[in-house]
Amino acid sequence: METLLAIVIGLLYAAGVYLLLRRSIVKLILGIMFFSHATNLLIFVTGGLHKGQPQFASEGIHAVSANPTDPLPQALILTAIVIGFGITAFFMALMYRFYQATGTEDLDDLKEEENK
Amino acid sequence: MILPALPILIPLITIIFLLFNFIKQKWQPWIGFTGALLQLALSVFLAVRVKTHGILVLHTGNWEAPFGITLVVDAFSSVMLVLSGIIAVSISIYSIDAVDRKRQSFFFYPMVQGLLMGVNGAFVTGDIFNLYVWFEVMLTASFILLTLGGEKKQLNGAIKYVTINLVSSLFFLAGIGLLYGKTGTLNMADLAFKLSQADNNVLLNTSAVLFFVAFSIKAAVFPFFFWLPASYHTPPVAVTALFAGLLTKVGVYAMIRFYTLFFVQDKLFWHPLFLWIGGFTMVIGVLTAASQYDIRKILSFHIISQIGYMIMGLGIFTVGGIAGAIFFMAHNIIAKTNTFLVAGLINRVTGSYDLRKIGGLYKTRPWLSVLFMIPAFGLAGIPPLSGFFGKLILISAGFRAGDYVISFVALAVGLFTLFSMVKIWNEAFWKPRPETSAPFEGENNKLPASMVIPVVFLGIITLTMGFAVKPILEMAMNAAVQLLDPRIYIQAVMGL
Repeated sequence: METLLAIVIGLLYAAGVYLLLRRSIVKLILGIMFFSHATNLLIFVTGGLHKGQPQFASEGIHAVSANPTDPLPQALILTAIVIGFGITAFFMALMYRFYQATGTEDLDDLKEEENK
Repeated sequence: MILPALPILIPLITIIFLLFNFIKQKWQPWIGFTGALLQLALSVFLAVRVKTHGILVLHTGNWEAPFGITLVVDAFSSVMLVLSGIIAVSISIYSIDAVDRKRQSFFFYPMVQGLLMGVNGAFVTGDIFNLYVWFEVMLTASFILLTLGGEKKQLNGAIKYVTINLVSSLFFLAGIGLLYGKTGTLNMADLAFKLSQADNNVLLNTSAVLFFVAFSIKAAVFPFFFWLPASYHTPPVAVTALFAGLLTKVGVYAMIRFYTLFFVQDKLFWHPLFLWIGGFTMVIGVLTAASQYDIRKILSFHIISQIGYMIMGLGIFTVGGIAGAIFFMAHNIIAKTNTFLVAGLINRVTGSYDLRKIGGLYKTRPWLSVLFMIPAFGLAGIPPLSGFFGKLILISAGFRAGDYVISFVALAVGLFTLFSMVKIWNEAFWKPRPETSAPFEGENNKLPASMVIPVVFLGIITLTMGFAVKPILEMAMNAAVQLLDPRIYIQAVMGL
């Protein structure tokens, strides 16, 4: 299971980097989103995968004490997702404002805008 | 004992008061200033207390060390908190007149306090994921400050800044994930304890390199610094001064914290790497600075060059080296912010930042020349200003540790630094005003007091740091000794 997830994470990182380097700002934002999804999955995998185990159990239940799931990576991923979502929202507003101000969403034109 | 949490709580409460007072625009600058002043007073009190009582620790929520988030103030953190307080006060006063009404009415002050909250949080936290959260708080506040006003060049610079810093945060997060998977803990002291006992270092290298890349991007180190000159010159000068003083230094702080506290196993790889990277950063930063004609661009490239000195101090890794890096950070934060504020003053009386269009300020504004001379020549390293002692400590530590190449490079870069500062001096102050430039109707404007007071304040601090080196150097040495022995930190946090 970890191998499959590791391959998926690798593919997501590759797709993210590819999109980051594209010309359009929208693809740039999509690239950042893929990148952040890949990172979140990475935290998930490194936290340890135990199929079907709960994280918390009340006292007296001994069936789960062998291999409980770690709750901490899930908290980390939630935090990371929320931070990522807030920043993506900001970036989209920035992109729209940039389009309004300059009329272009082509990143190659950034250099010309700078020299104007 | 709630003391370590106060540097975070005071800016937060200030933000709340500022948002309540959103209607009465007149009160906003004063509330911001009061908050900043409280921050400075608290940080000085914390510094004194750390000196007498040792490391201050707060386990938030009363969860014990490896399970909850700990806030730790040791000597290094207290020095950085004092510096952030000084910058907070200066920018709060300066922006009363330097930032236009429109920006001030759209959450400028709350965002400055938000940035300060993130910076203070990064300085006091003892948990690596909490550090990531404070980095994001600081980053988001800086995004907003960078784009507030919506001018075209601001948006242009913001896209580059946002993208590269987001990628840096994601690398940081990946490093945290891998490190957690390997060690099972996020607490810095516990990590230090566990890593000092582990010997399987191969799995650690990935997260160490990811952290290095993330902090290098934040600290604007070669070859990751290209976002800085692309974006720092676009917002109003008060914002640039705030960024120049604090943002990159938080990256350097995180690097020093990580590579002295827990990533100490692989010294043979990391320390030469730091020296090489520091050397390249210094040289490339100062050479590109010498070729610019916009004052803010010269100073932006200059930031990069000075960061190289701090990384060099970390790479030398003796008490002298790290104490030199800390002293240099203190001197640089003050002097760099001061030069940006003076650039704002120059713009106020000449209408431009372009060195080819202005001149003759030595005759028309002699006091402005003095105010520029103190931080600029401080940065260049002329005695008895603070920069001279910073460079002296670093370079002598380098020679004593046997790192001759980097010390010679640092000396040479000091010469080029002098050149770039003298260039601004020549072009803006010494040479007569070029005939071809259009006349500026605000030439005889009186500079508002609120813009001059912070410049004088920071200039006095630079002079004090130069004339009264000994106590400040002692503080830096104390912090360096604490940093180089992780057991003190582990003992204070976990009681082991």
